[in-house]
Amino acid sequence: MSEPILIARDIVAGYAPDLPIVHGVSADIAPGEVVTIIGPNGAGKSTFVKALVGLLPISGGRVTLGGRDITGRPAHALVADGIAFVPQTANIFASLTIHENLVVGGHTVRGDLRSRLERSYAMFPELAAKRNQRARVLSGGQRQMLAIGRALMTNPSVVVLDEPTAGLAPKVVGEVFVELRRLATSGVAVLMVEQNARAALAISDRGCVLAEGRNRAGGRAADLLADTVLAEAFLGGRKAH
Amino acid sequence: MIGIFSYLVFFACIVLILGVMTLGLNLQWGYTGLFNAGVVGFYAIGAYAHAILVTAPRPDLIGNFGLPWIVGIAGAMAASALAAWIIGLATIRLRGDYLAIATFGIATTIQLVTLNWDSLTGGAQGLPAIPRPLSTWFGSPLGFNLFYLGLLIAIVGLVYWALERILRSPWGRVLKAIREDETAAIALGKSAQSFRLQAFVLGSTLMGLAGALYVSFIGFVSPFDFLPILTFQIWAMLIVGGSGNNKGALLGALTIWGIWAASGVLIAKLVPPAYAAQGGAVQVILIGLLLVASLLFRPRGLIGEVPVVSRHADD
Amino acid sequence: MLAQSLADGILTGAIIALGAIGVSFGLQILKFANFAHSELLTWGAYLALVFVAFAGPGTPTAELSFGWQMMAAMLLAALLTGGLAWLVDLLIFRRLRRMGSHPMSLVFAAFGAALVMRHVVVLIWGHGTHFYTRELQIAIEVLPGVRMLPDQIFILGLAIVIVVALHLYLTYSRTGMAMRAMAESPSLARACGIEVENVIRWTWILSGGLAAMAGVFLGLTPQLHPEMGFSLLLALFAASILGGTGSLAGAVIGGLLVGLAENLSVFLIGSGYKTAMPFLVLLLVLFFRPQGLFGEKS
Repeated sequence: MSEPILIARDIVAGYAPDLPIVHGVSADIAPGEVVTIIGPNGAGKSTFVKALVGLLPISGGRVTLGGRDITGRPAHALVADGIAFVPQTANIFASLTIHENLVVGGHTVRGDLRSRLERSYAMFPELAAKRNQRARVLSGGQRQMLAIGRALMTNPSVVVLDEPTAGLAPKVVGEVFVELRRLATSGVAVLMVEQNARAALAISDRGCVLAEGRNRAGGRAADLLADTVLAEAFLGGRKAH
Repeated sequence: MIGIFSYLVFFACIVLILGVMTLGLNLQWGYTGLFNAGVVGFYAIGAYAHAILVTAPRPDLIGNFGLPWIVGIAGAMAASALAAWIIGLATIRLRGDYLAIATFGIATTIQLVTLNWDSLTGGAQGLPAIPRPLSTWFGSPLGFNLFYLGLLIAIVGLVYWALERILRSPWGRVLKAIREDETAAIALGKSAQSFRLQAFVLGSTLMGLAGALYVSFIGFVSPFDFLPILTFQIWAMLIVGGSGNNKGALLGALTIWGIWAASGVLIAKLVPPAYAAQGGAVQVILIGLLLVASLLFRPRGLIGEVPVVSRHADD
Repeated sequence: MLAQSLADGILTGAIIALGAIGVSFGLQILKFANFAHSELLTWGAYLALVFVAFAGPGTPTAELSFGWQMMAAMLLAALLTGGLAWLVDLLIFRRLRRMGSHPMSLVFAAFGAALVMRHVVVLIWGHGTHFYTRELQIAIEVLPGVRMLPDQIFILGLAIVIVVALHLYLTYSRTGMAMRAMAESPSLARACGIEVENVIRWTWILSGGLAAMAGVFLGLTPQLHPEMGFSLLLALFAASILGGTGSLAGAVIGGLLVGLAENLSVFLIGSGYKTAMPFLVLLLVLFFRPQGLFGEKS
């Protein structure tokens, strides 16, 4: 396996500097890998990834990207650095057209976007057909595709997703995971937070379990899935459907 | 000596009247988080309603019913409550600044009505000879002013006491919960809006009361008593004094009106009469800067409420 | 009579629309009701007056009452007012944003800023009225029963050009798209790599520039006074809310409708209450369609 590109060490973060929700979480990810962060509600998963992408202040710990310290850089700078983020809800601009959503996704890219746009449309033909319609017409799955396509406009080396399958129909959940796996195969590092823990781990290389704002367990996804104690505690105890 | 004393009595009366308005605004903003940008509108409604109800009949005017003082006070409060209810009904469920815009609108519109509906309001001339309560009992203006000061102290004391009581009642606590906690507000749904509306109407009623108290003190009402700057002054009083605290509201009224009056005197002494307009402008700029500075450097005011941890961190 | 009122309404409406666009930007992108916006109109008008005082309004060109100097004054005023708007943001609003103040604190601060700005105008230029030019004009009959001054026709034309240019800018430029993205969701915009402060700066500069144009147009028809912007504030809010906070077209059509309502109301309620019309429109909109004509229900 290749060297990790993104390394987060002992991150302390929260909505307000004096009220941390994440108390020293570590994680790393290498190019071509899918890493899933799981854990119960309130474990600080979302807070952790939002802090990683610069949307929440980090009050302790260190983040490096390709060896460079990026701790505390603002969100827009991190996008330019190559970290793309897909938020959980409201992750597309409903009032903008699909085309405009993609252009805004490439906001930090200087120069022509045409080839990148064409690549996104080639990846998601359903979007290409509706490129000049407002994004509010899209279905839940299509919105997720657009959100991912939008995030890819900067040619990121790391894509961070916050619950990419929340609220989607089971069939669509599978499609999104397949798409993410394919993305990793192309060499991108994919880091996501998921509630659909079993299904997500099934397509992941590694997993990372958080509880109460701390690392609880971690390792190869297959090992985590096989760990009955862990499954009992964090995977809902039931088998994958 | 007597001159200074009677000025102080007059000054105290004005401060108390403005204090009633500031208390009303504090109920709306400090305790409920409602932005009323048309304070002067509700004040004017109270003032005119009172004047129209109590002034002796004149053949050229519609109103002027010559009713007793207390009826005028009640009518003034009812009229401003009604106006607040109509505005609130339209805007209380919308985003906060729409209420600000709508209330700003009513203040502008009320001023237009007072200027243009001559047969009711006397137009630009205003309504003179508004009876002052028990004024025939007093031989001198100072005597009346002293009596009125006593009356105002009693009224402000009553309003203050009543506000403190209702704010500590379950009703007041719900109000605070709605302001502090979005989840509580959403859980209460429609009834949260009705609580807000009640607070808005009650606060505006106090502004109407202040208007009535003002005209029955001065004995005269004209559209030029209700310029938009007054809304701003009341806001400055609340912000500088400390919103969410009734003592702060009253202290703010005293502080700001003191600064306003003192700067007026000073400018009148220093600035030649030919530049009176500029002098007035300086006075307003001073208050404007004071409010902005207060927001930037002392957001809680002189004595604000006990700080609460903000829940709006994700903005 | 009616046709003339329609024409007057459209002219007023065009000026209101230019101001209302800035108010809409405020509500959507900056997320607060900017009570100081009207003062940008006033400042724009007076800044142009400064230039005119030095260079003169110019020799009347064609049928107009002014020459190229006046047009240069407009452009300069637009730039300076854009800068002024940005300066006010730097001094007050940006600090409040950084402090994490309650959104309503921005509205207060705008109130305060408006008061200061308006009275600085009184301080510098006095209470009285000013004119750009004393040149007299003869109205032209543009349609049967409709007479307009050449200056008014010029204003209408230029307003249309400005709105079309702005539309193109918002639709096709990257900054324009970023502004619309910010209007919908500032946090997602940040996640897309949009520098929020950058967009806010451009929003102020554009709003200020448009306000200055509206202010100069107001001053041309026919005079300047310190309350010229303030007296239009309610109309600006009414127009922007009536149009709905979704689009540029909303603010423009809202402006035209408010302008028409003001001018046509004279037939119904007399000229004394003309300026109360925006309030009536505003209340009706808030009662029946708070999202505005073109806004979507949230």
